[in-house]
Amino acid sequence: MQRHRRHGLWLSFALHRLSGLGLAFFLPLHFLMLSQALGGAEALDTALRWTDNPLFKLAEWGLVFLLSVHLFGGLRLIALEWLPWTPGQRSLAAAAVAAAFALSTGFVLTAVVT
Amino acid sequence: MLTLRLYMLQRLSALVMVPLVIGHIAVMIYAVQGGLTAEEILARTKGSLAWAAFYGCFVLAAALHASIGLRTVVAETFGWTSKGLDIFSLAVGLFLSVLGLTAVTAVTL
Amino acid sequence: MQSFRSLLYRFSTMTTLPSSAPDSTVTKKPTRDVLLVSIWRGEADEGDFEAHSVPAHDNQTVLDVVSWVQQHADPTLSYRFACRVGMCGSCAMMVNGEPRWTCRTHVSKVADDGALTVAPLRNLPVIKDLVVDMDPFFDKWVAAQAVHHPSHSRADPMQPVSTQTPERISANEAIECINCAVCYAACDTVANQPDYLGPAALNRAWALINDEKDAARQEILDAVSGTGGCHNCHSQGGCAHYCPNELNPMASVAGLKRATAMRFFKGR
Repeated sequence: MQRHRRHGLWLSFALHRLSGLGLAFFLPLHFLMLSQALGGAEALDTALRWTDNPLFKLAEWGLVFLLSVHLFGGLRLIALEWLPWTPGQRSLAAAAVAAAFALSTGFVLTAVVT
Repeated sequence: MLTLRLYMLQRLSALVMVPLVIGHIAVMIYAVQGGLTAEEILARTKGSLAWAAFYGCFVLAAALHASIGLRTVVAETFGWTSKGLDIFSLAVGLFLSVLGLTAVTAVTL
Repeated sequence: MQSFRSLLYRFSTMTTLPSSAPDSTVTKKPTRDVLLVSIWRGEADEGDFEAHSVPAHDNQTVLDVVSWVQQHADPTLSYRFACRVGMCGSCAMMVNGEPRWTCRTHVSKVADDGALTVAPLRNLPVIKDLVVDMDPFFDKWVAAQAVHHPSHSRADPMQPVSTQTPERISANEAIECINCAVCYAACDTVANQPDYLGPAALNRAWALINDEKDAARQEILDAVSGTGGCHNCHSQGGCAHYCPNELNPMASVAGLKRATAMRFFKGR
């Protein structure tokens, strides 16, 4: 990585951009999957059986992480832009990642345990 | 490349999605318990105007937000400008809106 | 990179070690009494790094090193400096890939195993060697309306200015810019969007918005709301991270976003 990029807020920017890109590419697949319901409950169920694969749990973790890290990171950015200036942006960015990690891990544990 | 108007649309669509994303994650945590089945999902959503409105708003806000976001990424990565960029953003927005609204119709109507 | 390093080192041993030195010394790390300096020579698209070995001292700035090369090794090397005390903002360069004011940057803080790579500032056209064309940088200050718009004439009595208002405090926080373009070189948004006004011009625009003596608040907000305006900033924070005067242009740009958004909600 280029040297001038090695600091916390640049990494936070990169994470926000990559998670946004990931979500934008996932959305059409998600919509197509749900549209199977047009062919009735059975058609959707056939598509959903794919999610029983244990590997999908990892993908689920990734998706929830992308969504929540983009949510928390985005909230930090809007607060940075529209509320009076708050110092400690690097800590806030780290907190957003930690919260997203906790939420996505909690989600997958819920899915596995129950 | 991003003017004030596009910036406001980007930030406002983001703010609209804050409660929607939180609601969506909550539903996911609830729905995923005991495995995903079509019957369970459709029993919850079919014929519900509330869910149709919730996810209809979500789809439109996401399509707007993603089309402006991808516009920025494409401009900065590939150096696209003016007209090509406008057509690209519009195409992304329409594509996601149509696919998304089809999905909402499929699970709620 | 490693082979380039060892080449550099070989070059340094030729000038500093006796010719009878065994070959095995070539693989050793550079000694402390010599710096391996690689300096960009030529123009933006035509040129190359040139290797020099420069005597190392306990207290030495990057500008000292560049000056040593110009005075003792190659008098045709072009670079800019004036005050040497961090006031004039003319000596900024890329040092080991990071933008620095070279007159106040100690070699011991930035050298990589005794090696320094010195290049012209990023995001600006290179004229020759370490000298860049600052015109695009200052043109954007004007485009951002980051110039004083008088509200009084010399015929008017002196305008008293309170130092205690929140606006004045915000203006003061942004005002100590020395126009060195370190933030401009650090900014990836400038690199990716040629129209983007950049952190320095927008920081000055924010200082003027908060200056009660400036008469053109609305014009400034218009000027920073166009296609290259403040709304393109991604808050990457390189500007604040590298500003040698520890200003926070990212916070200033955020202030402009807030002011323009508030104006948008008020229907203007």
